[in-house]
Amino acid sequence: MASADARRFRPDSVRAALRVTGLFGLAFALFAVVLLAAGKDPIRAYGDILSSTLFSSYGFSEVVVKMIPLMLTALAVAIPARIWLINIGAEGQLFMGALFTTWGAAHFAALPAWALLPLVAALGFLGGGLWAAISGVMRAHGWVSETISTLLLNYVAIFIVSFFVFGPWKDLESANYPQTPEFPAAARLPMFFGTRVHLGLLIALVALTVYHLVLTRTRWGLEVRAIGGNIEAARRSGIAIGRYILVLMFVGGGLAGLAGMGEVSAIQGRLRPSLSPGFGYTGFLISWIAGGNTYGIVASALLMAVITAGGDVLQMAHRLPGSVVNILMALMLFVVLTRRRIP
Amino acid sequence: MEPLVALRGIAKSFPGVLANDRVDFDVYPGEVHALLGENGAGKTTLVKVLYGFHQADAGTIQFGGRVIQIRSPHDARRLGIGMVFQQFTLIPALTVVENVALFLPHLPAVLNHGVIAKRIEEESARYGLAVDPWAPVWRLSIGEQQKVEILKLLLARSRVLIFDEPTRVLVPHEIDGLFRVLANLREHEYAIVFITHKLPEVLVCADRITVLRRGVVAGTLMRAEATEQGLVGLMFGAALPEYDLRRREPIAESGGPLLELQQVDTGGDGVSLQGITVTIAPGEIVGVAGVILGLTPCIRGRKIIAGQDATRWPVDRIRRSGVAFIPEDPLRMLIVPRLSVLENMALADTRKYARHAGLTVDWSAARGDLEQSTRRLAQEMLPLAVPAGALSGGNVQRLSLIRELSTDPRLIIALYPTRGLDMRSATAARDLLLAKRDRGAGVLLISEDLGELFLLSDRLFVLYRGRIVGAARPEETTAQEIGRLMTGGGVAGG
Repeated sequence: MASADARRFRPDSVRAALRVTGLFGLAFALFAVVLLAAGKDPIRAYGDILSSTLFSSYGFSEVVVKMIPLMLTALAVAIPARIWLINIGAEGQLFMGALFTTWGAAHFAALPAWALLPLVAALGFLGGGLWAAISGVMRAHGWVSETISTLLLNYVAIFIVSFFVFGPWKDLESANYPQTPEFPAAARLPMFFGTRVHLGLLIALVALTVYHLVLTRTRWGLEVRAIGGNIEAARRSGIAIGRYILVLMFVGGGLAGLAGMGEVSAIQGRLRPSLSPGFGYTGFLISWIAGGNTYGIVASALLMAVITAGGDVLQMAHRLPGSVVNILMALMLFVVLTRRRIP
Repeated sequence: MEPLVALRGIAKSFPGVLANDRVDFDVYPGEVHALLGENGAGKTTLVKVLYGFHQADAGTIQFGGRVIQIRSPHDARRLGIGMVFQQFTLIPALTVVENVALFLPHLPAVLNHGVIAKRIEEESARYGLAVDPWAPVWRLSIGEQQKVEILKLLLARSRVLIFDEPTRVLVPHEIDGLFRVLANLREHEYAIVFITHKLPEVLVCADRITVLRRGVVAGTLMRAEATEQGLVGLMFGAALPEYDLRRREPIAESGGPLLELQQVDTGGDGVSLQGITVTIAPGEIVGVAGVILGLTPCIRGRKIIAGQDATRWPVDRIRRSGVAFIPEDPLRMLIVPRLSVLENMALADTRKYARHAGLTVDWSAARGDLEQSTRRLAQEMLPLAVPAGALSGGNVQRLSLIRELSTDPRLIIALYPTRGLDMRSATAARDLLLAKRDRGAGVLLISEDLGELFLLSDRLFVLYRGRIVGAARPEETTAQEIGRLMTGGGVAGG
């Protein structure tokens, strides 16, 4: 049946890919105007971004490092979006995943790596998952829209992390830096090839594969597609919609939690309030650009990682503020939104 | 006097259905002309041709004596033809003034709300359409919203007003109010087309009555010549001979009932049920004639399936207990348009087709059941990989029957099961329902096709406005009697 699916969707997805490419060309052209206005040569700027990201081995490894949390947070958005739930809370779910991971790493520091790593990963998943499930429960009961609650819970999650980092978990040895003590070595995710690319890459790719297979092959995927395709028919076919709201929010949040786990356990080695430069929000953008498509998520995550890294390039080589790439991301969002036709 | 609008020889067909067959219909200024008929008789199609929604295959439209073309609702509105739809077209967040303003032709760039409000108040006072112009529409009752719809047409200077089943959504005192409004409008020389299938209303408010039956004008009567009995005869045909040939063998009433509803009330939108008590025994088809059966939660009373109290069961549990459901609007309620035919089939019982604890789906089992059920219904095989939303209306209905009857249900709830099917398919579907009945299944059949109800049912109930207004065995009653009850003839005051 998966093959029949593929047959059915292929012409659409080719057209969609062409369309997205064209629209992105437009976004880049508009950003070039911004660069011109700032007195920079856009062709050189784009060239520098490309050569220092995709065409240098260190630069590329850093792009992959950024893709890891982006792919996971994009899935955190894409999974609930299969039944039209809008999860804007991947950022907060990432923070809660990092918080749970840090707790586990401190509490079970004596365990060996083969036990501790799976444990903290599970805790990270649980932290993000439970955080998203709060919104899931409220939505399933029809109390609060998940769009609002996930967005608001982002701030709560970030404040909770700040509370622990500035308060009870603060590392007394790092003077006034708000950060926890360093993780024990057994709680650090291994990195590869002398770069910062870590085991989270494998986790993200496995998560993407499982997402694809569950959606196309399994009974649950069929039920999810039924809810997404016609909620009234699904309800009358006896599919428990409330349960799916809860489960999809939990799984989505859990994957964002894993993104947070990867950041603290591999990249930072400790919990800091500056844990994420907005991975959750960029993940939202990626998921909508990709329309939930598995390959689209990988491609869009690559693009966004390059743009994020490009900010550093513009700052260092062209003396522009690094946040100037936010303009480019905003332009991307604009052109993505043009896909949404008013009926 | 000339008619304001005259439709002559209008024919309109849709795939598989001849909705209007050489229909003549006209309306004069200062007249309420009722268009009466069963659902599917072609009433709505006819007025949609007049309103420019559909283009007639043949026939002409004359407006003020001149032959004209109406290619779109825009054309119709420019001519002064307006329509109040069953589903209102108001924007809830906007005020009455703003909603009316949106509808006016030649709206200036800067709106003078005060002027529009003043005109609304004038027209309201003249025709008894009292409504607060500054109220946001979401605060208005359904009856008030309907008034706003009428005001929109009046301020846009429509002279022909079409009402598509306007009383369906109203409570009794609102209906009386509407009839007073119609009388006032008639005084002021408006031409009014009034669509309904309720007899008492027609006799109260119409000047002339045209009855449509299966797309053909069965008769046009002046109000003075019309009687309830005569109209029922025109609506449903004098006799239903072909159906009486088929006699059912008597059913052994064994075991407890499959379904019992005890004093069930429902809330929710639309018409709600009040004090409904129905039982269905194994091997029995119970027909319900009437307009709406809400499938909403019971707020009072008990629902018992095969001896177990199912009042609070979730849908999943009810389905697993052997209940199949053929809905009135399969594309909305049963079929997921983006999924393929086969995937929709598997949704009938995902637990049954799941393999490896749900990790995979047994598509060949689903295909096997689909093929078997298709054969039993004597249908052509549907294309498996096509998205169900791409099927024609008749094929969607086929898929819905094939899917729901594939599970060998004990209790079948069938709403309009043969709607949209051609004769052969409809006969096959009816035969299958009878066969299921003979093997002990219970069927709750809801239909507005009296012939079908008389043919299939062992017992008949008539629902009118959420209450049971009559019950009988088909051999003990007549189509006329049921028709009279269905259209509210048995209830004082409509």
